[in-house]
Amino acid sequence: MMKKTFAVPGEVLLEDLLAGFPHASAVLDEGFKIVAVNRMFEALTGYGRDVAVGVYADFIFRSNMGNNRGQVFQRVVETGETATIEGDIVNRSRKKIGIRFTVSLLHTRRGSHTKGLLVVLEDISAIEATAQKMLSDWSSDIIGHSPKMQAVFDVMPLMSQTEASILITGETGTGKDKIAEAIHRNSPRGKFQFVKINCGALPPDLLESELFGHVKGAFTGAVRDKPGMFKIADKGTIFLTEIGDMPLSLQVKLLSVLDDRAFYPVGGERKESVDVRVIAATHRSLREQVEAGAFREDLFYRLNVLHIHLPPLREREGDTRFLLDYFLQDYATRLGKEIQTFSDAALRHLLNYAYPGNIRELRNIVEYCANVCRKKNIGKEDLPAYLFAQVQAAAPKIPAPDLTPRREAAGKTAASPEDRQAVSGDNWTEIEKKMILEALTASKGNRAKAAEKLGWGRTTLWRKIARYGLG
Amino acid sequence: MKILITTQRDFVAQRFDLTAEVVIANVENGQLVGKPRAIIMDRPSAEDLCNMIMEENIAIVICGGIEDRHYQFLTWKKIRVIDFIIGDYETALQQAIAGKLHPGDLLPLSRSDLSL
Repeated sequence: MMKKTFAVPGEVLLEDLLAGFPHASAVLDEGFKIVAVNRMFEALTGYGRDVAVGVYADFIFRSNMGNNRGQVFQRVVETGETATIEGDIVNRSRKKIGIRFTVSLLHTRRGSHTKGLLVVLEDISAIEATAQKMLSDWSSDIIGHSPKMQAVFDVMPLMSQTEASILITGETGTGKDKIAEAIHRNSPRGKFQFVKINCGALPPDLLESELFGHVKGAFTGAVRDKPGMFKIADKGTIFLTEIGDMPLSLQVKLLSVLDDRAFYPVGGERKESVDVRVIAATHRSLREQVEAGAFREDLFYRLNVLHIHLPPLREREGDTRFLLDYFLQDYATRLGKEIQTFSDAALRHLLNYAYPGNIRELRNIVEYCANVCRKKNIGKEDLPAYLFAQVQAAAPKIPAPDLTPRREAAGKTAASPEDRQAVSGDNWTEIEKKMILEALTASKGNRAKAAEKLGWGRTTLWRKIARYGLG
Repeated sequence: MKILITTQRDFVAQRFDLTAEVVIANVENGQLVGKPRAIIMDRPSAEDLCNMIMEENIAIVICGGIEDRHYQFLTWKKIRVIDFIIGDYETALQQAIAGKLHPGDLLPLSRSDLSL
C-alpha cells in the first residue's frame, strides 16, 4: 500500500509525523475518514491501521464526544478553532477509557483549503482514577494541616469545577498565587494557559495594553499588533493579583470583559472575544476600598462570586513548625548540606515569631539559616539578626513590622510598659506600630481583642493599621 | 428467535451504552419473519437496554462497542453478543441470519457515502 504524504515542508509521511506524538493520534480526511494513525492509537483503540484507515473515524473511536453526524469535526472545519473535549471511548477490549480529545484543523500551505483534521486522544483514565485522591491532596504543593487551611482545601475542589470568578484575599505571603494556580490546574481549563498579571506593578496605560493588547500604531512605539494577556489566556485562566491596585478606569473595562466576554484592544476597532476565567487576589480589603471609593462596587460583586480567605501564618496553629521543617529539608537538599533540624533555642525563637511576611518570610528565614549554618543543627546564632533586634536597646535598622517576636520572658504581657520602654529610642509612630503588632500577636490576630488590650476602639485600631500598612 | 440490533440511523450504533434506537427482527428457520420493528428508547442507557433485551427474550444482540460488564451480563444470560460491528444494520442482519456475522466484522458498506 502506498503511503500517504502531506503538504508540510517537503513531503512528510504522516505516519512518521504521528510517530513522534506522545498520545494516540489520527489524521482524518475531509470526509472525516481515517487517513493515518500512530502506534499509540492502535494500542489505545485496539484497531490496527489496516482496519482503521479508510473508515469513518467515529466507528473506530467509539467515543461519547458528542460528535453526532460529525458535528464536532464540522465545527472545527468551519471555525478553524481547535476543539478540546473530555469524554471516553470503548476500545476493542471492551474497556471504557477516559479520553481528552483535541481536534484541530489541517490545511495546506497553499491557501485556506482544508486538507483534514488531526485528532489527538489523550488517555486521562489515570488522572480520573486518582481524581478523588487529587481532590483530597490539594496540599501536595500547598502545605498546611491547620483547621483553617483544611477549610480552604475543602472548598478548592468545588471552586475548580465551576466557571465563576474567584476572589482570593489574604495577607502578603500567604500563598494566594499558589492557591490560584492549584485551582486552575485542577479545573477543566487546566491544560490551557494560566496567565498571571500584577495589577499594581504597571502604570495604568501600560497595564491596559498588557491586559487587552494593542494594535499597530495605537501609540508611539506600538510597531506591531500585540495580543493582551486576556487573549493569551483564552480558554484558560487569568490571575489578576493585587486587583485592589487596579486604576478605576481599567476597572470599568475589566467589568465589561467579565460581562460580555469580549473587549477592544487599545486602539483597535475589532472586538476580540475570549473565554477566560478570572481569579483575582488582593491583600487589601476590597470592601473597605469600595467604601472609600477606590474600587468599583459592581466589579467587587462581579469578582466576589466565590471567595477564599487565606489565614495568616500566626492563625495557622501547628503549621509554623511543619513549614520550618519542610523548608529546612528542602534547602538542605538543594544546598547539599547535612543540616537535620533546629536547636531547641532557635526553634523556640522561630515558633514565637509572628511572621508578618507570612510563609514568604518564614521561607526566607529558613533559607538564610540553611546558608549560614555550618553544623548539623541550626542554632540561635544562625538566625537572622533582625529577629533579635527588638530586644536590643539600640534603635532598630529594619522597619518595625519585621521586629515582632513574641516576648519569651514569662510574666510579661505582649504590650507591657517594660516593652514600650525598651523601644523608647524610637519615634511615636514606631512605638505605636510595635504596640499594635504586639497586641495583635497576643490576641492571635483578633482585632477586637487587640483593640480592647490597647484601650482603643476597633475603628481606631483599623485606621492605624491601615495608616501604618500593617493589614 | 429474536435478533436485536443497536442502531444509529442506517448503521450499527457505535456504542451500546449510547444507543437510543434499536431494531428487533424475528427469524424463523433462517428466514426473516415480518418487518423488523424499530424502537426508540427514552434515553441512551446500557442498563435499560439490558432490561429490554431480557424482557423481549432476545437471542442475539448485534452491536458496536460494548463495555465488558454489559457483555458479560448478557452472555451470562445465554444471549449471544456479536459486538464491534462496523457497517449498516441491514447488511449486519442479513449476515447474522446467514450465520456469517462475527464479532469485529467490518462489513462491505452498502452505501458509498459513509457520512453520518
